[in-house]
Amino acid sequence: MIIGDTKPLEEILEMIEGRERVLVLGCRGCVTVCNVGGEKEVGILATTLRIARKKAGRPGAVEERTLERQCDPEYIEELADVAGDYDAIVSIACGVGPQFLSERYPDVRVFPGINTTFIGGALEHGVWAERCQSCGNCLVHHFGGLCPIARCSKSLMNGPCGGSASGKCEISPDVDCVWHLIVEKMAKMGRAEELEKVWPTKNWLTSRDGGPRVRIREDLKQ
Amino acid sequence: MKAGSNLEKVLEAGHFAVTGELGPPRGNNVEEVKHKASFLKGIVESVNITDNQTAVVRMSSVAACKILIDEGLEPNLQMVCRDRNRIALQSDLLGATALGCKNVLCLSGDHQRFGDHPEGKNVFDLDSMQLIAMMKKMRDEKVFLNDKELDGAPAIFIGAAANPFADPFSFRVTRLAKKIAAGVDFIQTQCIYNMAKFREYMKQAVDRGLHEKVYLLAGITPLKSVGMAKYMAKFVPGMDVPEELIKRLSGVDKKQQAAEGIKIAIEQIQEMKEIEGVAGVHVMAIEWEHRAKEIIEGAGLLPRPVVD
Repeated sequence: MIIGDTKPLEEILEMIEGRERVLVLGCRGCVTVCNVGGEKEVGILATTLRIARKKAGRPGAVEERTLERQCDPEYIEELADVAGDYDAIVSIACGVGPQFLSERYPDVRVFPGINTTFIGGALEHGVWAERCQSCGNCLVHHFGGLCPIARCSKSLMNGPCGGSASGKCEISPDVDCVWHLIVEKMAKMGRAEELEKVWPTKNWLTSRDGGPRVRIREDLKQ
Repeated sequence: MKAGSNLEKVLEAGHFAVTGELGPPRGNNVEEVKHKASFLKGIVESVNITDNQTAVVRMSSVAACKILIDEGLEPNLQMVCRDRNRIALQSDLLGATALGCKNVLCLSGDHQRFGDHPEGKNVFDLDSMQLIAMMKKMRDEKVFLNDKELDGAPAIFIGAAANPFADPFSFRVTRLAKKIAAGVDFIQTQCIYNMAKFREYMKQAVDRGLHEKVYLLAGITPLKSVGMAKYMAKFVPGMDVPEELIKRLSGVDKKQQAAEGIKIAIEQIQEMKEIEGVAGVHVMAIEWEHRAKEIIEGAGLLPRPVVD
């Protein structure tokens, strides 16, 4: 799923400064699962903003709403009758939300209430880690199910660099060297020899480097 | 002969080779490059010019290489994958060889997070293995990475680094073998302090017959003080400084530690000469270029052979 982080309260307060009627808008997709932009977080953020604004003697109302998804025009449309009533919408969906809202409601000021950080999963309750860089050409099965593109700090395809020490990456002792994990995993699986292959240069065209990506599925298009 | 560089000739002739290293200045100070180069002239086959090492911005390695050539030294152009994509790497290689560079060292590059611009975006379009393969292709097939013909192909002696002390140890010789498969001509290792572990690494390499496929130069960096030894042991990832070395340096008076460090380096070089598969030494006297001669001379490696 897409993981996000709440923006600092001061930053959000600055965004809505002078804007009387504010809507905090959540999303029931990824950001609900990673506890940063669902209905519960909408409630927390709205309450916090109300208290902060009241304390600062600022007038205005902060309302709450959560859409099924903010990455689908169908759900964005649900705001058609009310969007124009707000002086600001703070979307706490991933980066797609504020953009879809801005496109559909060009006259309304839309602000991002969270920072979209990465595609990852939960390691345990409250801990998420990056697992995919959406390079557009998945190769994880060659590396014991571990992605060197997303998880190696240098996206190396041919083994651990000289900075790998005691299973950790040179950038920080808090970061696992994924190549260390790959080497160990492949050895355990009896597939160590496969790592002798010299991987040729990667075609990054399928990645963001090829420009913004659009996927057209003719079979689904109406 | 692939490039006809001095380094290649000396190695081909079977001599125990010696290379040095020079870090370009943190500015465009030409005199500083010339000053450092003056200490290395005539005592090494070729001088590595680092490419923004430790991700700290310095004068371009291509430019510093040209200054060295003009001073009558042979440079070894270091190129890292951190800052340039395949377009810039190929372009810079063509430019550098047009200026007379004949040796090049392919590296992944230290991550910018511990450099002086940690907020920067990195590239890593290629990794060091792919950089080696790309250069070999340009040299041997006279084409770009995309198979389009070159108007003048680079004659280069292709090098790469190896760190026998990084983890996982079991993969280190495999990685060396991969670099050879990718097309590398010579290897310069990272600083070696743990001789026992290095011997084990070399044994594995020799068992695989890798020493017959590549020239391996063992990395030697003199320890200037016990402080430096402790710092490297503790804070430099992938560096293995045994406790006994730290003890040895601690055992001498502070004023004598530099001399002791040089003595250790000389002893190491003597040992390296006897290790099967070691074709030479890469003396990295970091910000200590003026002491390099003492080490190389002390190891009985002067004068350097002249090979036509």
